[in-house]
Amino acid sequence: MSDLDDLYQEIILDHSKRPRNFGPIEGPSSKAEGYNPLCGDRVTVQLRLENDVVKDVHFQGSGCAISMASASLMTESLKGKTKAEAEGLFQGFHELLTGEADAKPELGKLAVFSGVREYPIRVKCATLAWHTLRAALRDSEGQTRQVSTE
Amino acid sequence: MNAAVAVFDVNRIRKDFPILHQTVHGKPLVYLDNAATSQKPQAVIDAISHFYATDCSNIHRGVHQLSERSTRNYEEARIKIQQFIHAADPREIIFVRGTTEGINLVAQTYGRANVGPGDEIVISALEHHSNIVPWQILSEEKGAALRVAPINDRGEILLDEYESLLSQRTRLVSIAHISNALGTINPVRRMVELAHRRGIPVLLDGAQAAPHMKVDVQEIGCDFYVFSGHKLYGPTGIGVLYGKASLLDEMPPFQGGGDMISSVTFEKTTYNTLPYKFEAGTPNIEGTIGLAAAIDYVNRLGLDSIAAYEAELLEYGTEKLSRVPQLRLVGTAREKAAVLSFVIDGVHPHDVGTILDHQGIAVRTGHHCAQPVMDRFGVPATTRASLAFYNTREEIDALVAGIGKVKEIFG
Repeated sequence: MSDLDDLYQEIILDHSKRPRNFGPIEGPSSKAEGYNPLCGDRVTVQLRLENDVVKDVHFQGSGCAISMASASLMTESLKGKTKAEAEGLFQGFHELLTGEADAKPELGKLAVFSGVREYPIRVKCATLAWHTLRAALRDSEGQTRQVSTE
Repeated sequence: MNAAVAVFDVNRIRKDFPILHQTVHGKPLVYLDNAATSQKPQAVIDAISHFYATDCSNIHRGVHQLSERSTRNYEEARIKIQQFIHAADPREIIFVRGTTEGINLVAQTYGRANVGPGDEIVISALEHHSNIVPWQILSEEKGAALRVAPINDRGEILLDEYESLLSQRTRLVSIAHISNALGTINPVRRMVELAHRRGIPVLLDGAQAAPHMKVDVQEIGCDFYVFSGHKLYGPTGIGVLYGKASLLDEMPPFQGGGDMISSVTFEKTTYNTLPYKFEAGTPNIEGTIGLAAAIDYVNRLGLDSIAAYEAELLEYGTEKLSRVPQLRLVGTAREKAAVLSFVIDGVHPHDVGTILDHQGIAVRTGHHCAQPVMDRFGVPATTRASLAFYNTREEIDALVAGIGKVKEIFG
């Protein structure tokens, strides 16, 4: 059952049970809501951007262990990153999950999601928070955007 | 163990289903997703293969031998289905793609002709999306309203509340015979009687019932009954709409095209008689032949024996799962088909599904196309094991062991 252990690594289980940066932030400069209609997972991402740098990022929502851990680890990896760097992380993360590339060093802890590539149907679980983040980054007017994985 | 179960030789029956004999992730396949689709016995696979190898032709038009054979097979399938659901007349059996298309057909023909502004359609809180959305589309178009009969915590429709929704404005009742998400067997005969007292016709969604229990549309008294071939051990893309001839005769056609007309000029078209009025275009001929073979197979086993065996499996599964700590069964109706929907504290059903899959166990996870049911029970999704007559107690034991693995990982 080694590949199941690859999917449900200790750090993923830990973040799914004790998500970091969970809950609203005061005075977000932008936010977005993501929804995966296939499984009903929902996530809201709130950002505070200063001069295109992510000063703070939180999420809220409910879903499977993969989606919650992904959102939690995403928030940890984003703080202090520029919008361009965040976009780069998304691309690297997406390539890792779809098997187009192996983990790049800048992904850091996000590399624990490499096991998801063996489960194509779960890729959307892991990327929901990231799609939502991108919508929030595009949201310069402060209006709530909504994205769907379908 | 009762007599019906004793004579039900499940190990012999399993040999009729080639797909069951494989491994998934290195483990023997345990297929517990029968409410989504059921597997096909060799007899069905052979019947479809035989059609293409020897009889393939279009129906109702060629004068040649192959067309005669195809047409005969197609019409014999209709008669077989008529007898299977105890309809009065084969003209009352309309071939459609499946349950969803059957419901849409009624909504778009009977519904559009009979529902107007301020009218109401009554459904229940345990419906599949396919028995909600067609009525929403119709209601929006016509300025009508959807009324929803509530359910209790066991997942049973509250009959008093249902009755109180029936009024002079009600144009149609549309209810599942068996809930796909909960397994509840609704008291449809009583519900039809209550509607008919007020002159309201009733459609029953029989997608989950036809494969698991004897259906007698005349005894139930319903006006429409729809079901799918693929949940009845037949192929996908074929289903049945039963309607009382008196209603079907009055309904406008659904789709226009070949076979549904008796004459066409550019000025005027005369529609064909029943059932062809509702069967425009070349139908799914292979599907009807496969479905007929599936019905032959089910009849050989006997629906009473199937129902008794599945009831025994359900009882076994319910007892086993009830003993699992932190597991809650969703849907505990007193009259229930072999569906075990459940949630485990602290573990999302998608994670349950992935871990079970790793042990070769196929279950459905998610909202089961019944989001309002999930909302009613306050869960985003469930894990659902749905049983068929080829499942065994050992497979339920495997499911319980698989859940143990889930708890080990998420401990």
